[in-house]
Amino acid sequence: MRNVSTEEAVAMIPNGAKLMVGGFMGVGTPERLIDELVRQHKSELLLVCNDAAVPGKGVGKLIDAALVSTLTTSHIGLNPKVQAQMMANKIAVDLVPQGTLVERIRAGGCGLGGVLTPTGVGTIVEGDKRQIAIGGKTFLVETALRSDFALIHTFLADYLGNLAYALTARNFNPVMAMAADTVIVTAEHIVPVGVIAPDHVMTPAPLVDYLVANG
Amino acid sequence: MDAQTLIARRVALELRSGNLVNLGIGIPTLVANYLPPGLNVFFQSENGLIGTGPIPEQGMAHPLLTDAGGRPISALPGASTFDSAMSFGLIRGGHVDVTVLGGLQVDAEGHLANWMIPGKMVPGMGGAMDLVTGAKRVIVAMQHAAKGKSKIVQKCNLPLTSSRSVDLVVTDLAVIGFPDGRITLLETAPGISVAEVVAVTEADLLIPDTVPQMRF
Repeated sequence: MRNVSTEEAVAMIPNGAKLMVGGFMGVGTPERLIDELVRQHKSELLLVCNDAAVPGKGVGKLIDAALVSTLTTSHIGLNPKVQAQMMANKIAVDLVPQGTLVERIRAGGCGLGGVLTPTGVGTIVEGDKRQIAIGGKTFLVETALRSDFALIHTFLADYLGNLAYALTARNFNPVMAMAADTVIVTAEHIVPVGVIAPDHVMTPAPLVDYLVANG
Repeated sequence: MDAQTLIARRVALELRSGNLVNLGIGIPTLVANYLPPGLNVFFQSENGLIGTGPIPEQGMAHPLLTDAGGRPISALPGASTFDSAMSFGLIRGGHVDVTVLGGLQVDAEGHLANWMIPGKMVPGMGGAMDLVTGAKRVIVAMQHAAKGKSKIVQKCNLPLTSSRSVDLVVTDLAVIGFPDGRITLLETAPGISVAEVVAVTEADLLIPDTVPQMRF
């Protein structure tokens, strides 16, 4: 694990990178990394996140700056800018049921090829996905998702990179921290090793590649 | 009593002590305000919380404690938090006893459409498909008709939320269930006759010999 500045962290991310970004309606999103992506104008991003947040907040800022070419998400209903960019063919949106999205990411982080889920059977989510019957019940084959970078926000990080999230800001963060080649973390508080008790570590230190220094 | 309050009060009577309950946005959210006294229910917010409490007082909100719409909420004593994989494991895995959701259409087979109007409104399904597929009991809370058109239809023409049939529909005019797979009028709202419900319902309702007035 290395400590980096916000600027250095984002400089590692090329245009066209596939990013997973933690957060749920902007809660638990690494805002400093998002702001820096906008400042360095990293474009054509392939973004995976739970929702499109709202303009001016969380990943909504990437949409505001038109930096996203493909968005894989479960909900865009509260961000009218995504819908406008969709209509103008400026962004491709792949809508995925929320439980399927998180399981596909989990599978990607756990070495699985995908998951079998009953969610979406008999709906337009089926598309041309394979269906498998087990015990008389039909499941869709949903493939694993991975990314080049996971941008994670935590409440506590220790000097080694052990993470403990707070309240509803946990959401997709620990799952995404398993599913990317490079994991970059911002923390509300960076604390000495030992402050987070072993039982309370939610993301173990070896998963974290870069911890962004607090200003 | 306005229509939304009536619907929310009627749905609240379906909840039992110890139930794990997930409420959708809109009318379903109001259900929490009308729990019968002494009823202890766990409310889940799918962004990772069981034990949601009321909106915090001015100055008491925490930026990291929000509902699924990103608005500040509180947590009751005994609450727990978890990640999204756990949250949807609870939902898909059959651990949620009751989900209450809004609807655009419910049809004679109990199929629900509630997440998109092609060409008009494509917000995304969020957690709705997982909830309808996985919850033990699905209750739809919605207006009976929109712009004069019945939302209880013979067959949904909007994209379905799940192939699983819902268990109960509570509207401002009626309570509708699906005993033996047949769409059936179970109760009528106060001041509403069976004939009035039938007149504004597109689906062919089975009408039992006696249809009691809606409890609330």
